[in-house]
Amino acid sequence: MSTRALLLRRHSVLPGFNLSLGFALLYLCFIVLVPLSAVFLKTFTVSWSAFVETVTSPRVVASYRLTFGASLVAALVNGVFGLLVAWVLVRYRFAGRRVVDALVDLPFALPTAVAGIALTTLYASNGWIGKWLPFKVAYTPLGVFVALTFIGLPFVVRTVQPVLEDLQRELEEAAATLGASRLQTFAHVIFPALMPALLTGFALAFARALGEYGSVIFIAGNMPMVSEITSLLIITKLEQYDYTGATAIAVVMLVAAFTLLLLINLLQAWARARQGR
Amino acid sequence: MSAVIDSGRRPAVADAPVAVPARTATRARDAVGEPAWVRRTLIGVALVFLTLFLFVPLVSVFVQALAKGVDVYWAALVEADAVSALKLTLIAAGISVPLNLVFGVAAAWAIAKFDFHGKSLLLTLIDLPFSVSPVIAGLIYMLVFGLQGWCGEWLRDHDLKIVFAVPGIVLATVFVTFPFIARELIPLMQAQGQEQEEAARVLGASGWQILWRVTLPNVRWALLYGVILCNARAMGEFGAVSVVSGHIRGQTNTLPLHIEILYNDYQFAAAFAVASLLAGLALVTLVLKYIVERRAHASFDLEKPE
Repeated sequence: MSTRALLLRRHSVLPGFNLSLGFALLYLCFIVLVPLSAVFLKTFTVSWSAFVETVTSPRVVASYRLTFGASLVAALVNGVFGLLVAWVLVRYRFAGRRVVDALVDLPFALPTAVAGIALTTLYASNGWIGKWLPFKVAYTPLGVFVALTFIGLPFVVRTVQPVLEDLQRELEEAAATLGASRLQTFAHVIFPALMPALLTGFALAFARALGEYGSVIFIAGNMPMVSEITSLLIITKLEQYDYTGATAIAVVMLVAAFTLLLLINLLQAWARARQGR
Repeated sequence: MSAVIDSGRRPAVADAPVAVPARTATRARDAVGEPAWVRRTLIGVALVFLTLFLFVPLVSVFVQALAKGVDVYWAALVEADAVSALKLTLIAAGISVPLNLVFGVAAAWAIAKFDFHGKSLLLTLIDLPFSVSPVIAGLIYMLVFGLQGWCGEWLRDHDLKIVFAVPGIVLATVFVTFPFIARELIPLMQAQGQEQEEAARVLGASGWQILWRVTLPNVRWALLYGVILCNARAMGEFGAVSVVSGHIRGQTNTLPLHIEILYNDYQFAAAFAVASLLAGLALVTLVLKYIVERRAHASFDLEKPE
């Protein structure tokens, strides 16, 4: 019982602390921490200059530009339309609203490979949607953007929606009583209240897009320097048995992902403080 | 990732109307509502966006699957490689979901019922696999178990295969679905506190009795939803599995990998036929989620009469 006494901040009559925490930690170590540390340990076996050379080679830099750029634009588009969808779902009543609400989660539930082949077929130049468009979408960077928008949509909707549901209507009524137009009320009362959730949703969608692989590779065309995402480059290096190169690029992406995770945690703390709980 | 967000969703109790005379209520609503044309425009734009990006892709999966007729569709599903891919997918999900379920319950019990040092660090670490790209999740197992990896030579000498074999696929699946059940359970069990468990303890219940008779019944809907979500992700995982599988037809292909191979072979109808299975699973997941959420709302409203 000594670990229990050592770790517990407050005495508890409930049993099973050692067992449950011990099992959880063991499982966490074996499945997540030890394998993940392999990436960083592998990097330490490479000299700094070799590492820098790998992660700044032109083809890799081009893939960062595409991955970060397309993820950013997709997250921005999702920020705008996600807010709109959340607003429409919370504030208005229309036929089929519940079905639409349930289907918003589709990108979470649909395997990425299925989304990938469906979007590619639709946006190819002879596809249902692609044939109406005057420009090419599939097999261009624009295709990457389409896939990333698809997978990112639920993040913004599902973070903004609960905040919008909890928003006090009295505040809007007060603004209206004081002579504010509806647009002014939205800009000065509603939007500031939604801001932390909107930013969190944006950051979540962006983070998800950075690591996305399955839905993108079908639609991207995967041309080096043009439409090749960083995740694919990691796989390409692995298939050439260049484990060191793949690991170096992976470290860059992991650092970006962890930075975003930290940012998201700060945003959520801010959001909680704003909501006063 | 969805679990992170969903756990933040609380049942809307704010809607409960205070007794306001009907006419006042209508007028108040008008003051904070939009004109009908604005409303219709916003709904219209939202629906067009969702149609282009969500509904049409979903429908197209089923249409393309049946494009060459029911016979081709059926043939693609009963073909030997497809059946073995389905079996492997079921095995991977069948192992990883129970493992993550046990972990989820254990972690949630420790975190929600006790107050200990390093709790917030543990919570962050549990979320870690969410922020790791699937491809990198596959890569880390290659670095540990691959031929050039830490255990590579030892495994070869003992004639054990982990990567490019079923164990690697299971491990990668476990990693990417790791947090789902824990993330559903922890916030709910934290909100429920430990009074009921303490009462059961005082009345002489053992730890396992408390778990089975008090704690788990209280969180059954969240548990069910976590399992559903975990299962959907386990069956659909592509990136991580793609790295460790080695794409050996009939041996290490899961359903998503089988779809990729068919699609790259220009067998579009067959690819979409197999894809329609997974799309169907996604739809079932959404329906179950809808039911579970309604149940959770109902029980929440019953427990907290205001």
